[in-house]
Parts: sequence; structure tokens; C-alpha cells
Amino acid sequence: MIELDQVHKAYEVEGRAIPALKSTNLAIQNGEIFGIVGHSGAGKSTLIRLINMLERPSGGRIVVDNEDVTGYASDSLRAFRRKVGMIFQHFNLLSSKTVADNIAFPMKLAGIYSREEIRARVAELVKRVGLEDHAKKYPSQLSGGQKQRVGIARALACRPTILLCDEATSALDPQTTQSVLRLLADINRELGLTIVLITHEMDVVRRICDRVAVMDAGEIVEMGTVADVFLHPEHPTTRDFVFESEHIDEREQQADFAHAEGRILHLTFRGESTYKPLLGSIARQTGVDFSILSGRIDRIKDMPYGQLTLSLVGGDLEAAVAALDAADVHVEVLR
Amino acid sequence: MMADLFSNVDWLEIGWASWDTLVMVAVSLFFSILFGLPIGVLLFLTGKRQLLEQPVAYAALSFVVNVLRSVPFIILLIVMIPVTVMMIGTSLGVAGAIPPLVAGGAPFFARLVETSLREVDRGIIEATQAMGATVRQVIFGALLPEALPGLIAGITVTAITLVSYAAMSGVIGGGGLGDLAIRFGYQRFQTDVMVITVALLVIFVQLLQMAGDRLVLHFSRR
Repeated sequence: MIELDQVHKAYEVEGRAIPALKSTNLAIQNGEIFGIVGHSGAGKSTLIRLINMLERPSGGRIVVDNEDVTGYASDSLRAFRRKVGMIFQHFNLLSSKTVADNIAFPMKLAGIYSREEIRARVAELVKRVGLEDHAKKYPSQLSGGQKQRVGIARALACRPTILLCDEATSALDPQTTQSVLRLLADINRELGLTIVLITHEMDVVRRICDRVAVMDAGEIVEMGTVADVFLHPEHPTTRDFVFESEHIDEREQQADFAHAEGRILHLTFRGESTYKPLLGSIARQTGVDFSILSGRIDRIKDMPYGQLTLSLVGGDLEAAVAALDAADVHVEVLR
Repeated sequence: MMADLFSNVDWLEIGWASWDTLVMVAVSLFFSILFGLPIGVLLFLTGKRQLLEQPVAYAALSFVVNVLRSVPFIILLIVMIPVTVMMIGTSLGVAGAIPPLVAGGAPFFARLVETSLREVDRGIIEATQAMGATVRQVIFGALLPEALPGLIAGITVTAITLVSYAAMSGVIGGGGLGDLAIRFGYQRFQTDVMVITVALLVIFVQLLQMAGDRLVLHFSRR
């Protein structure tokens, strides 16, 4: 478990302290994929760098697996860092080393592995990330997605228990992003690795994270399971992120609603109820007429969900809402 | 025809002088790298927002390098005479030229080292630290290998500068092609000797540049 206890960080700029992270409490469970989303400058980059002490906190404690790592220096810090892998937006591979040598690099730095161990581990990892045919190539000969796979293999070399992802897919095209995210999810499942990732794309969070924290101006403004935060965003920053990822323009939507008649309801289906033919039967039972104003059906990690905005006319509205409630559909009355 | 055109040229003398120049450049280049590389690495590491940020040390080191770099080499040659005599017993000949050449070459190369290390992506340093590397490992495992093409280019530029410095050392009796050019070409008005020495220096510089460029290309992986 990674625990941040009253951790804060300020940078000294021309004699003045500029806060990058306000006092923050956070607990990340072992084996979960925890997303931190925020605009650039929100403090997420500082937060993730505090976990492996690339940045020293100005105050507070960071506790990993019941050990206070805040006081670590030299040897203990280096041993700790070997247990925390990290991948980066721009991959940060050594251009002077081949793919195999890049992956072997952290093991060589550790100085505790035999040449034979390193060779075997590199062969295993190259295969795991699907780069068997590229082991002898240099990074400049690889595509962005391949480079990030090398980055992932390198981060896993010393068998870490935590993997930090710093905007790991932000420099990749959508298709490559998907394949890299799938690889991360597989690794998380197979190795039980805890993954902390920061991103400015809500879509990344929606695809693979279990829980998410939303950051704004140096603090966490909303946190919870991805489904809760995604389907019922509360803080304005969170709403911005969610709407942006769903390509919803709030103002356009309001204008559309103005044309609709009757009551407007926003329905959220989760899990199995997404696929049930609820609306038709409820309409028949209660005599309510409905038209769909907007809607989408998608997945959050492995859970299907649907969101529909309906305008309802006539019939027994109360009974309709009660029937939806009874079927575990979340109902929000917009008008 | 050749004999008429270059009547004053003693080819054996030219041969020895070329050899002397080669030795002066090679030995002073070796020591310039030996002293310049660690100084350059220290300049980089103690610089602003670097691994061992140390403003006072940086300012002091930078000051010394700047002083040596700002003295015109011809003056440095003269200023260094007593130091050279103290170190190796004479300020003349090939040996006497080496200390001032190193005094001019090492700080020059140190700056080039600092610049090429700054070209290394900060992210690579950060990634290496995140793997649990010591400062020494960051330097030898990541910084220097990543900067290698730049360092080789720096060595080439330094070698070429040393060729011209070595020739200049002929003014104070330093030996080599510069010495010939000054004693025969300049003081005795033997234009043919001057032409030959200059031609040889040009060829020397060309060869160095070509060799350097090839090596840079060979080690560039970007």
C-alpha cells in the first residue's frame, strides 16, 4: 500500500515558495490501477515523482508497505527505487544502447544479478512485450509504441511491486495507446503489480483504472471508483474532464433540451441492466411516451454502462421513475 | 623543376618537424582530455538544477576556465614559461611546448564537454535515477555514453585548435612545423618553406576533421 500522509511540496522560485502540491492524504491499495487525472500544472507530475522520491516532499510522510520512505537516503533509497518501476511520456530510453541493453540497464545498475540472470530476464521480457525481433535494434529504429514497450520491459526488469506511469500514452496515437494500455492491464493482472498512472486523458482512466483522483490547482478535488466519478462527476474540473472525453458540449446540450417537450430525465445504467429491454416495457406499463435526446453505451474497464437523456410526455411519470429505480437505474431529473 | 621551385626546402627537416608537430598535438590532446573531461563533467554536475548543484563550486571552476580561455594563446605561451621550466626543466622544443598547450587545450575541451553533456535529455538522467542509480552510475552509465558523439566532436575541435596552438608555439622556440615556418619562412624570407609548412598543416587539419566526423557518425544512434 502506498500512503501519503499530509504530504506537500513547494518549489523555491526567486526566493518565493510556489506550492505545487497542497497537503494531500492518499492511500493506494496493492494491486490496483490508480489513475490521477488533471490539467498540466495541476500537480499530478509532482505527486507521482514524490512516490519514488525523484522529488523530496516539503513536509509529510510517504509510507510504502508500512515503511516510511521519506527518510530514505543513498543506499536504502536506491534499493527502494529498484522496487518501483517507472515509465515516461517520452520513453527516456538510452539512445546509445540497444533494446536488450536498455532492458538490462537497471539490472546492471543494481549490481546483484549475474550475467546469466540478466540475459535470461531480458529474453523473457522482450518476449513479454512482443519485441523478440527488435532486441538488437536501437531506440531510434523503433516506433513510439515499440519504444514504450521497451520502457515497460525496462521498468519491470528488477521485478518491482509498483509501476509509475508518467503520461505514458500521451505521445502515442489512439491505436497504439490502446495496445499499450492493454499491456499495462495484463501486467497488472498477471503480476499483481500496483500501477499508479497520471494522465490528462479521462479515456485512459476509463479504460484501465480501478480508482481515480482528480487534481486541480495542487490538490485532489475528487476521488473514488472510476465508475462513480465517471458517471456522477461532482467537481467542475471532473465534469469538464468527463464531458470532454464524451465530446459533450454542455451549452449545446442545454440548447437541444430547450426544443424538447415534457420532463427531461438522465438515466445511468450499470452492468447487466445496460442490456435489458427496460424502457420499452416501462413505457407500455405506465403509458409514458419517450424520445431519446442523447445517449451512449460504453465500458468502464470491464463494466458495461449506458447513459441516456430522455424527454418524457404523458402517462404516469411517478410510476415510471419508480420502476426505473426498482431496476437499479440511476435517475436524475434535469427538468 | 620541383628542385628549382622548392630550392630552400630540406625535406628531411620537414619530415622531422611534421613528426614533432604530430607528437606535440597527440601528447597535449591526451592531457587536455585527461584534465578537461573531469573538469567538464564537474562543470556540468555542479551547474544550475543539475545532479550536484553547487553554485559556489561552479562559479569558482567556471572562473578559472574562463580566465585560461580568455588569455590569448600567444600570451599564455609567454606567461607559462616559468611554470614550464619548473615542471620539465626547459621551455623549449617539443617537451617545452606541451604544458602551455595543455593549459590552453584543457579548459577549451572542458567547456565543450559541459555543452555536450547539457545536450543529453534530462529525462534520461531522471529515468536512470529512478532505476536506483548512484551519481557515478548516472555519469558513466548514462551521461557519457549518451554524449559520446558530442564528446568526439569536441575532441576533434580541440585537436584542430591544438594544431594551430602547436604551430604558434614556434614563436617561443616550440619546435615542429610552426618553428620551421617562423625561422625559415618568415625570418629568412624562404617563401617555399612557408608554403610547404602551411600546406602540411592544412592537410593535417583536414585529416583530423574527416576522422572525427566519421567517428561521430559511427557512434550516433539518434
